[in-house]
Amino acid sequence: MDHVFAAAAFAGTDLSCRRGGRLVFAGLNFGINSGEALVLRGPNGSGKTTLLRLMAGLARKSSGVLTWDGADVHDDLPLHGSRLAFAGHLDAVKPALSVRENLAFWADVRGSSLTDIDKALKAFSLSHLADLPGRVLSAGQRHRVALARVAMNGAQLWLLDEPTNTLDDAALSALQGVLQRHLQNGGMVVMASHGDTLLPQAKTLDVRAFIAKARTADLESAA
Amino acid sequence: MHKFANPTFFMKIANAVFPWAAGLSVLCFIVGLPIALVTSPPDYQQGETVRIMYVHVPAAWMGSMVYAVMAASSAVYLIWRHTVAHIIARASAPIGAMFTGLCLVTGMLWGEPMWGTWWVWDARLTSMLILFFLYLGYIALGDAFEDQERGDRAAALLALVGSVNLPIVHFSVEWWNTLHQSSILSMQGFSISTEMVVPLLLMVGAFQFYYVAVLVIRLRAELLAAKIRTARFNLAATG
Amino acid sequence: MRSFAAILRRDLMLAVRNQGEMLMVVGFFAIAATLFAFGVGPEANVQSRMSSGVVWTMALLAALLSLERMFALDFEDGTLDQLMLSGAEPAAVVLAKTLAHWLTTGVALLIAAPAVALSFQLPSQAYGALMLSLLLGTPTLSLLGAVGAALVLGSRRGGVLLSLLLLPLYSPVLIFGAAAVEGAILGIATTTPYAVLGGLLILALTLCPWAGAVALRHAVE
Repeated sequence: MDHVFAAAAFAGTDLSCRRGGRLVFAGLNFGINSGEALVLRGPNGSGKTTLLRLMAGLARKSSGVLTWDGADVHDDLPLHGSRLAFAGHLDAVKPALSVRENLAFWADVRGSSLTDIDKALKAFSLSHLADLPGRVLSAGQRHRVALARVAMNGAQLWLLDEPTNTLDDAALSALQGVLQRHLQNGGMVVMASHGDTLLPQAKTLDVRAFIAKARTADLESAA
Repeated sequence: MHKFANPTFFMKIANAVFPWAAGLSVLCFIVGLPIALVTSPPDYQQGETVRIMYVHVPAAWMGSMVYAVMAASSAVYLIWRHTVAHIIARASAPIGAMFTGLCLVTGMLWGEPMWGTWWVWDARLTSMLILFFLYLGYIALGDAFEDQERGDRAAALLALVGSVNLPIVHFSVEWWNTLHQSSILSMQGFSISTEMVVPLLLMVGAFQFYYVAVLVIRLRAELLAAKIRTARFNLAATG
Repeated sequence: MRSFAAILRRDLMLAVRNQGEMLMVVGFFAIAATLFAFGVGPEANVQSRMSSGVVWTMALLAALLSLERMFALDFEDGTLDQLMLSGAEPAAVVLAKTLAHWLTTGVALLIAAPAVALSFQLPSQAYGALMLSLLLGTPTLSLLGAVGAALVLGSRRGGVLLSLLLLPLYSPVLIFGAAAVEGAILGIATTTPYAVLGGLLILALTLCPWAGAVALRHAVE
């Protein structure tokens, strides 16, 4: 689980994103290097989730460029996908599979090592739940499984959408430890959050600042 | 190419074309309909019922042609993401469905005196029926999503899948029909005399220009609807 | 390839754990055929005359029934997002899920078909043709179905819409599948229907994973 990563840079320039016929944000720039964290701030509906999905290559950008070490990530989306781990609002835990089977499937798909599963389970105190089917887990437990999936798959870039939701204090400090270790090993973390300070050293990006730009741009194009 | 992708520029051209298309359509109808329905000679076998052909055949051609336009614009939309191309496809769909429906109804009206029954599973009629279902699917899929763009893109992909499928359907029903030929008469072997060609071409022209004129009206409406949608979203976002 | 095998294995495992779904498809097939028998009456030679068409049509409708869930569950619980980010080619994801769908429902229908055919007095010389045509035709149904299922993800009216989209696309498979059986019944068997069914399968194999992949991308955007 303790992968060490080479230096890399992930950046976005002049990004804008349109959803449902409306610009969510416009003119957004960000940059992050190995060992750095970026926290996205803003109220609900401000486009934090959209931005994270855009960084993952899931949401479609309307304009701008997203680069990894200078190369456009949209040239090879599967490659970009293999560099990153994403934890969104949905936990992707199958009710009919046990916790271990759920994680083993993702290790299998991504070709990461099965020994990392045990380490990840331990890091999020899930070892005793490993053989229980997903359907009996609580929301918080399912969320921890999703975080364990992120931690084990050896990706350099972690994209986390409000990862602290539904976590208790013990899980919070576990997450903090895992994140800090990932950063020390040269990983990158981008997370959406409102308020908590899991990573005091993180840079912050307030998404609100780019909504106003979007509104002006939209009104201009409509006129 | 990219110049045409600009909605404002595109609509300027479309609006300039509109009076010509509308005028020519009316002219073709005024000249063509009396020839087709009154002065052209009746068929020596079918008598007066042959006049249904002047509506049926152009409608069938238009049904297929509009689908081709729809599939081509959908491809342009998916590859180059030109919204105008998609709006053309979206605006064409109900017109194409209308032509195809007209073809089916006139086919039935023609079938009664010819075959003694309102519907036979004739190869061409069956192909047109499947085409009609494809139009319905396209329209239904385009309207099935909260997010308009998602519906646009799903429908565009469906139009392309359908365009690969249509020749296969056509071939299949032809083959299917020859297999069961004993029970079904075919429209094939019916020849057109020169006196029939002129009114037929006039009606084809009338239908073509009608399509262009109605397409422009629908394009205007689609673009206005898109503007209203954006304005509403912005209003919600400020409020 | 690795992710293809992983997805296939997981989907089969899920199907084994939720056996109810496979049974439902077979049950629908049997019940629909029974209703058909009520509709046309118990006369043996009428049923025999219709048997090829009934078995093929009901098998097609049963396959359609299970398609809606092919991607929908993965879409709703976030698995589809993760699959798109797994580094796997989206077309391989579509192909793996299609194969899993066929192995669970297509094969179940193949097993149930002779029983349904038997109850419809299908003449004994036509069973070979029935099985061969279903074997060639049902994978095409799954492939086309995958495209349809991916297209309707997240729509307001999934199931009905899916039928509206797919039934026109399914018509060639039905025509040639039923014709193959019909030919065997009448003893005028030719290879044409099989050749066309095979051709349709190859065409669907080359185009559908690609079209399905585009549709999946649209769905997660």
